[in-house]
Amino acid sequence: MLYNFLKSLNANVPSLIEKSSISKREICIYTKPESLIALLTFLKLYTNTQFKSLIDITAVDFPDRKKRFEVVYIFLSVKLNSRIKVKVCVDELTSVPSVVSLFPAAGWAERETWDMFGIFFKGNPDLRRILTDYGFEGYPLRKDFPLSGYVEVRYDNTKKRVVCEPLEMSQEFRLFDFTSPWEKVGK
Amino acid sequence: MKAEFIVSKLDNLVNWARKGSLWPVSFGLACCAVEMMQCASTRYDLDKFGIILRPSPRQSDVMIVAGTLTNKMAPALRKVYDQISEPRWVISMGSCANGGGYYHYSYAVVRGCDRIVPVDVYVPGCPPTAEAFLYGILQLQKKVKRNRNLTHWIKK
Repeated sequence: MLYNFLKSLNANVPSLIEKSSISKREICIYTKPESLIALLTFLKLYTNTQFKSLIDITAVDFPDRKKRFEVVYIFLSVKLNSRIKVKVCVDELTSVPSVVSLFPAAGWAERETWDMFGIFFKGNPDLRRILTDYGFEGYPLRKDFPLSGYVEVRYDNTKKRVVCEPLEMSQEFRLFDFTSPWEKVGK
Repeated sequence: MKAEFIVSKLDNLVNWARKGSLWPVSFGLACCAVEMMQCASTRYDLDKFGIILRPSPRQSDVMIVAGTLTNKMAPALRKVYDQISEPRWVISMGSCANGGGYYHYSYAVVRGCDRIVPVDVYVPGCPPTAEAFLYGILQLQKKVKRNRNLTHWIKK
C-alpha cells in the first residue's frame, strides 16, 4: 500500500521529487531546496496526502559529502494516520527556504537547526540562536565541533560577574572500549 | 572570661535558631529536583526540620543547586545567590552540580557549580536518593551549629 502511495506521489509531482525510498514502513522523499516550498504545499493541501502537522525539522551532518547537510522535515497526517520524511541536501553556504509561511510551527524548529548546524533559513522572521549561550560561537552539532567546545565559564570574584574563558581541561576526553579485554584509551 | 561564656551561649542560641529554620531557595535544574521534591513531600517531610522550600531568594538562607548547571544558566544562578541575604549556604546536589558529572565534557555545561558559587555541602549521587539529600541537609545543620562567629569576634 505504501509502495502504491509513493508511486502515485511520484506520478503527481515528478519534477519536485529527486528520489524517494521506503524504509521501516515510512516514506522518505529527497528534494531540491528550490522546490521545497512547492512540494510541501502539495503535501499539505493535496486530498490524498494532507500532511498538515509539522513534527520536527532537524539536520544530519555528513562531513565527507560535497553537500554536507541533510535537512530533515518530519510530517504527520492526522487525517490519514501516516508519516513522511522530506530531506533536502545543502552545503554550508546555500540557504534553505523557510517554511514558516506554510507551517507556523517551523519557526523555532528552524531556529534550532540554525543554532546547532548553522544552516541558514531564508525568510524566517526571527532567526536567532535558541538553545546555546548568549554570545556562543560555533555550531555544536557539526561533526567538526569538538565535544568540549572552546570556552568555559566561571565566576570572577574581582569582576563580580560570570566570565567566559578559553577551555582548559585537566584531562582529555577518553573513550573506553569495554568490549575489548585490553582497555583501549583514545583511538 | 564571663563575657566569653555568655557570648558562646548567645552563639549557641543564634545557631540553634538558624539550623532550625534553614529555608532553602530551590534551584531545581534537572532530574535531581524531583528527588528534592520527594524529600520535601510527606514521606521524608523536610518541614519537620524547619525546612520550608521557598521559590524566592528573598527570605532564604540556603540555596540547593539540584541538577545540571549550564553555561547559559550560570549568570542567573549567581544572581539568585547574590540576592540571598547573609548568612547563606549552598548545597550542591548530584554529580552534575558537583563536578559536571555525566556532562563533564560537554560544551554547554559548567564543570561543577563551585565554579560559580561557594559550596558548603556536596551530595553525591546521580540523582542522590531523598535519604542522601536529607543526610546532606543534616550535615549542613551540623556545620551551622558549629559556627562561632560571635565568640571569635569577642576574642579579638
